[in-house]
Amino acid sequence: MTLYFTRDHEWISVEGDRATVGITDYAQAQLGDIVFVEVPPAGATLDKGKEAAVVESVKAASDVYAPVSGEVIEGNGALESDPALVNTSPEEEGWFFRLALADPSELDGLMDADAYKAFVATL
Amino acid sequence: MRYLPLRPADRRAMLDVIGAASIDDLFADVPDAARLSGPIAGLPMHASEMAVERQLGALAARNHAAGEGPFFLGCGAYRHHVPASVDHLIQRGEFLTSYTPYQPEIAQGTLQALFEFQTQVARLTGCEVANASMYDGSTACWEAIVMARRITRRGRAILSAGLHPHYVSVAETMARFTGDVLDTALPRLTDGAPGDDLARLIDAVDGGTSCVVVQNPNIFGHVADLSELAARCHAKGALLVAVVTEPVSLGAIRSPGEMGADIVVGEGQGIGVGLQFGGPYVGLFATREKFVRQMPGRLAGETVDAEGRRGFVLTLSTREQHIRREKATSNICTNSGLCALAFSIHMTLLGEAGLRELAALNHANAVAAAARLARVPGVELANGPFFNEFTLRLNREARPVVRALAEDGILGGVSAGRLYPDGDGRERGLIVAVTETVAPEDVDEFADALEEALS
Amino acid sequence: MSINASGWRPTAPGTGDEDAAPATFTGNRALMLEEPLLFEIGSTDRTGVDLPGAPRVAGRLGGLERTAPIGLPGLTEPETVRHYTRLSRQNYAIDLGLFPLGSCTMKHNPRLNEKMARLPGFADIHPLQPIDTVQGALALIHLVGEWLTTLTGMPAVAMSPKAGAHGELCGLLAIRSALEARGDRRQVVLVPESAHGTNPATAAFCGYAVENIPATPEGRVDLAALRARLGPDVAALMITNPNTCGLFERDMIAISGAVHAAGAFVYCDGANFNAIVGRVRPGDLGVDAMHINLHKTFSTPHGGGGPGAGPVVFSDALAPFAPLPFVEKAGDHYRLVEEETVEEHHKASFGRMVAFHGQMGMFVRAAAYMLSHGADGLRQVAGDAVLNANYVLRSLDGVLDAPFGASGPCMHEALFSDEGMADGFTTLDIAKGLIDEGFHPMTMYFPLVVHGAMLIEPTETEGKAALDQFIGALRSVAERAKAGDPALKAAPRFAPRRRLDETAAARKPVLVWRESEAGQVARAAE
Repeated sequence: MTLYFTRDHEWISVEGDRATVGITDYAQAQLGDIVFVEVPPAGATLDKGKEAAVVESVKAASDVYAPVSGEVIEGNGALESDPALVNTSPEEEGWFFRLALADPSELDGLMDADAYKAFVATL
Repeated sequence: MRYLPLRPADRRAMLDVIGAASIDDLFADVPDAARLSGPIAGLPMHASEMAVERQLGALAARNHAAGEGPFFLGCGAYRHHVPASVDHLIQRGEFLTSYTPYQPEIAQGTLQALFEFQTQVARLTGCEVANASMYDGSTACWEAIVMARRITRRGRAILSAGLHPHYVSVAETMARFTGDVLDTALPRLTDGAPGDDLARLIDAVDGGTSCVVVQNPNIFGHVADLSELAARCHAKGALLVAVVTEPVSLGAIRSPGEMGADIVVGEGQGIGVGLQFGGPYVGLFATREKFVRQMPGRLAGETVDAEGRRGFVLTLSTREQHIRREKATSNICTNSGLCALAFSIHMTLLGEAGLRELAALNHANAVAAAARLARVPGVELANGPFFNEFTLRLNREARPVVRALAEDGILGGVSAGRLYPDGDGRERGLIVAVTETVAPEDVDEFADALEEALS
Repeated sequence: MSINASGWRPTAPGTGDEDAAPATFTGNRALMLEEPLLFEIGSTDRTGVDLPGAPRVAGRLGGLERTAPIGLPGLTEPETVRHYTRLSRQNYAIDLGLFPLGSCTMKHNPRLNEKMARLPGFADIHPLQPIDTVQGALALIHLVGEWLTTLTGMPAVAMSPKAGAHGELCGLLAIRSALEARGDRRQVVLVPESAHGTNPATAAFCGYAVENIPATPEGRVDLAALRARLGPDVAALMITNPNTCGLFERDMIAISGAVHAAGAFVYCDGANFNAIVGRVRPGDLGVDAMHINLHKTFSTPHGGGGPGAGPVVFSDALAPFAPLPFVEKAGDHYRLVEEETVEEHHKASFGRMVAFHGQMGMFVRAAAYMLSHGADGLRQVAGDAVLNANYVLRSLDGVLDAPFGASGPCMHEALFSDEGMADGFTTLDIAKGLIDEGFHPMTMYFPLVVHGAMLIEPTETEGKAALDQFIGALRSVAERAKAGDPALKAAPRFAPRRRLDETAAARKPVLVWRESEAGQVARAAE
């Protein structure tokens, strides 16, 4: 299982041709209390860099982008009743959606954990 | 000047603190070409209260007010008696001069009143949730069409021929810019069911329909059962949007929510808010709980404060335009706060028993009036069922008749010709509203004058 | 903790508040009275209205009688008056004190406005009456329209938009219509980066892509950057002047010139008109369309959130596209142009935006205000508004950081940042501290271009004593924030409610009262 990060603060955990996507701890801290998450439905086609999900705090809504292209296997249904999971467990239980990768080569150019940590330090 | 507290000595002291020689110096950034050296030409100088009262009083006196004689106009704005305490309460400074409740700790009065209003509107319309009001019924109707598009992801809406023509016009204007496709039709004064086109609507709903918009009672006063239409919409994955322009009707007629409507919008003016020549009014908007995040407009929600006490706040704000931008649920960011409060207070004074009694009185007065008017030679009643508004078919064009009656001090309804292009006999239609404010003598006077005008 | 629905119990002293007041039986604190919901105190059989008997007739509802219970409680008149009077006393209002809300222009709401609006000749007339019976109403609308066009130096006005945002929509739809009429497909609207969110939202709603134009270090639109971006794909620039930092756009004439030369239009957000009314005409600055918030500059009351009114003035280029309906004067007679007669002289109108004719009640109020002030009074309004804001700006020198304070005078509002606050202390804490001092907080976190922004607009209806009191209070709270006073974090302490849980309200929205669910949110939180 390999973990990658984007400059838009999404993480993507890849196993074979399947991946799980969420937002990072840094992102959830910036957003504040999450009140609502809109995840894509199973079967939806996502394009790399395009909007995949929406996460709402009390006073702001933020787009979550697809780090890679693919077809959605499932959205995290638990977030509907408990959006706070994104705050308490952003990189585990607060995952947003799982997808089947369309093109694994899109993973090139994404950051690893160390590179992301260095990136965040510059912000 | 009576509204400006600063005195010359104050201004001098303040300019000293600022370090400027004159107020004009503070406008230094204005280019010379745009800076006016004195009061704008062509406008009068300031005036006393007395003078303003005289001038505006003269303008008001040039209008024939509804209370001056027999009055029978409806078509989306209704004359009802508003109890004296409503106007007295909304003029309390803490309501009248307060701001949008963005700082909830010092706006619980407004927020609790809005929560009560939302609950009243939801119950009245037979829906699960309602918002804190829209500008008016026509913009609420358009917003419902947009909401149906968002929910169903379909771009074609079917509008009933019995929908208020101004509401249709607003939707047509906006749809030209948004690309929504609207299926509309002109109404016919069908015997027993004027403006009714349920058959057309049921037939037209298909897998490309986002919603069907139907008004009940419709523009001609016809009342219908929307249940079959609702079922048909749902079978095809479309939503039913019901429009109510006379809220008092909900005290007598089964609510659109009970009949299966998914979104109910309307004009709340009939309860608590006077005619005012068309505005400000108050739009009602209610829907199913599952659609709440797609609903436009402000929402007051219940919560608790730091000491665990119940309180209220504006909530689900991220739907609003200044945050979601192009994904906003609408362009609206205000509500008709004081009018919603007036509606709510009047509704509280009525209560359920009072509302039912008021509605029954409206209906009875209208039924009696329709019978009396239908006895005038040259007049036929077009309606089967109706609530407090019905349509007469005259033996000639109605518009000149309305004008002639007005010259005699009788405001005898709205001619269909005022609202629609001629054709299909519409030009002979006269839409008459009869509320609790109409006395039997008014009806007699109207009937006599009508008889003379038609002979 | 579960909440008792039939009346409020006081907060237990166990909140750790050493000087908590002693509990009372009712939960009331002298004149600060707790008030339950209507649904907890009313009943469906109680009413505060007496009605005459109905004539005996056979019903004609076609079998559609509403028989199921509705669930609408009623109260008698004394109970109703008490319910709403108690609620009203939990609100801050202009009648009580200053609102330092930037760009909201919370000025005094004259009561003459209310008296005039209630004259039966204005209040009790129906929008569809024959126009010969409402000549005075049409004359009033025409009068207000003339004041607006004269004050702005623009040739035309659309009176029907129901609010400021509705007016913005009107202006942009007119611009889009004008471009379509000349076959010009422009897809982009430019806004300054300090713009209020409604500007780009409205532009996006009208089908445009929105791009930002940066500001100069002096807080104004970067003219060079604008010139560089203008091109055949730009439909309009949306600008506010004075801008949202409270500063007059010095280059406005050059800005409009550049926009026009590129074939685009200038839309001006009129929210800040109070700074220049009677002294500067937007028409002289090259504006093509501007909405005017009657509830801001022209004193119509905010009413706890509305109703407002947002008429839009137009240049010659946009006037043909203005929406229906119009009031037109021919000699002594007024007429109303609607769908029926639009073909005659207004065929390019983009159509109707709202049923009937607009916010007549607000027009009457604005007319009373305009006539009362006159051209000289309005000029003084802008002068005093700008004077008051500059007085606040300079009086807080050394207390709060004013990012553009060095660039010259501000206009009608003063902008501060949160620089200098102790670690962990924010603009929000200052706002809540001000509540305890007896003031509504200023506009916070807007404009976005300044960190922790605080935008203060006192308006001209505040006297010097009121300003001095406000300045003193803000100075006190700001010093506490700079010193990191922990008590500030608990503010407000004296308002009818402490800080409210907005997260819970958004996670599990409770928007209506339900019979069996007393304390719905408290339960959900457990």
